[in-house]
Amino acid sequence: MYANSSRYVGLLFMTPALLFVAVFVLYPLGQLVYTSTTDASLLGGGEFVGLENYAKAFSDKGFWRSLWFTVSYTLYITPVLMGLGFLAALLTTENTRLKQFTRGAIFLPVVIGLATSSFIWLWLFDQQVGLFNRLLVDIGILDKPLVWFRKAELGQLAVIISVTWKIVGFGMILMVAGIQSIGDDLIEAAMIDGASYWQRVRRIILPLAARSILLATLISAIGSMLAFDQFYIMTGGAPRGQTFTSVYWIYQNSFVYFKLGYGSALSLILMVIIMAGAAVQIALTSRKGSS
Amino acid sequence: MSDIPLERGAIGVSTRRVGTRLPARVIVALICWLVIAIMAWPLVMSFLASFKPEAEVAAVPPDYLPHSFSLQSYLKVYGYQAGLPTYLFNSFMVAFLTIVFCLVLAVPAGYGLARFHVPFKEVLFLVLLASMMIPYQALLTPLFLMFTKLGLTNNHVGLAIIHTILQLPFSVYVMRNAFEGIPRELEEAAIVDGCSPLQILGRIFMPLAMPGMVTVSLFAFIMSWNEFLAALIFMSKETAFTLPVLLTGVIDSFYGSVSWGPLQAGVVVSVIPCIAIYFLLQRYYVSGFLSGAVK
Repeated sequence: MYANSSRYVGLLFMTPALLFVAVFVLYPLGQLVYTSTTDASLLGGGEFVGLENYAKAFSDKGFWRSLWFTVSYTLYITPVLMGLGFLAALLTTENTRLKQFTRGAIFLPVVIGLATSSFIWLWLFDQQVGLFNRLLVDIGILDKPLVWFRKAELGQLAVIISVTWKIVGFGMILMVAGIQSIGDDLIEAAMIDGASYWQRVRRIILPLAARSILLATLISAIGSMLAFDQFYIMTGGAPRGQTFTSVYWIYQNSFVYFKLGYGSALSLILMVIIMAGAAVQIALTSRKGSS
Repeated sequence: MSDIPLERGAIGVSTRRVGTRLPARVIVALICWLVIAIMAWPLVMSFLASFKPEAEVAAVPPDYLPHSFSLQSYLKVYGYQAGLPTYLFNSFMVAFLTIVFCLVLAVPAGYGLARFHVPFKEVLFLVLLASMMIPYQALLTPLFLMFTKLGLTNNHVGLAIIHTILQLPFSVYVMRNAFEGIPRELEEAAIVDGCSPLQILGRIFMPLAMPGMVTVSLFAFIMSWNEFLAALIFMSKETAFTLPVLLTGVIDSFYGSVSWGPLQAGVVVSVIPCIAIYFLLQRYYVSGFLSGAVK
């Protein structure tokens, strides 16, 4: 009796959240699609122009350059984050006091803001007063302090170093969970069979933690494809717009050049790319739920 | 050398090789300390630099440690434009409203999802997770147009709504799990005693779902406190800045030259609440993080 009447009671409880999503996610999404077919700008306009914005994106060198730059950034940083994250997970999986402390230290920068960490590293990388530059000279890696943000490749490297510091703990913590869920008995059995540490890592830990590694990789790659803060703060797109990421390019078009119609078209293109990745992520996680 | 003891069993297996085990252990401990040093270094340097007097911060080449103690940088940030108290208030207010919105929306939604037969439940659940698939970065243009019309730009409520969009999927997910983890017997007993669904939610579920609500609040706070892009776009008036946006202003505002000292002071101010919360609520943080990432 109760279950019958509660069909709509349950829906009632969900209504505020559903309304919120309808008003602030789905409606703007519709607006985004519509605006992308107009020449709207912050200063007015809004004439229907069909697919002109998309055609423009296709022939816009800045768009392609920013997209390629974002993809290359993602391709560089993801293996670094996952590789170091996995090593960090191996190092700290065991629950001794020192290792838990190490895990905490690696995870600490994850809780501070990406913008904040970018400000710290912008200073550390400075050619004149930057202590990271000084450290690299002191330990003999550099002859003299480097100007990091005058060349696109160096700027990208600097961002990769800073973001790796900031976020490596994220992949680590997912993989620690993955590794800890492998039963002790399996690892002990392998040890009794005389498997060396690295053999155990390769034959047991790596395959059994594969799912959490894959998941961490996807989340991390999606995050990198949406990079903005770190480049806005550290490179400012310099030199000559070579370090604009996709989101940064959208920001420039929409909120600096006020070309909202064109910015909307760019947003939609990026969204489709990201949704493909997110769909894979959800498929992967929901499979776990049913098992 | 490469034999690193893993779990309890390791001791029994490897005592016969004490000679090779001990150095490996020492090496692992050394690596741990090296990693800790690397991770702490940028934060420690920033913290120390924030107390350097102006001349020392600008020194070329720079010194790692301050030679004297000064609050100059903090005073400069304190008096910057509308004043640090205004910016701290903005950040706290937006974070607070984000927490409130997330709880008000996600607690009942999670309860409804966990405890009732709802038509098309999983479809509706996916709708609630929609903003996880649609990057909010793409929605900022239409939201900006909408909020300009509604007068929600340069407004705490406006930015908190954006941050709620970002945080809602995680919050709903966590609350649904939290409610599903509560035994049904409790609910049945309450029904027998004649409680209405709303009373059941308030008297029985809310207290038991507390850890879930703490997790939701914690993540809402940290995300909102740190979020940069939407704050940059929606809080463009200098009295409306949140802390991360303030820092972009601080960096090159004093007499046109880069002012690293005040920047580091600002960094310290914005980092402290995050680190304090992390230490206080670490347990919630890591478990929430795991369930959230796997959402």
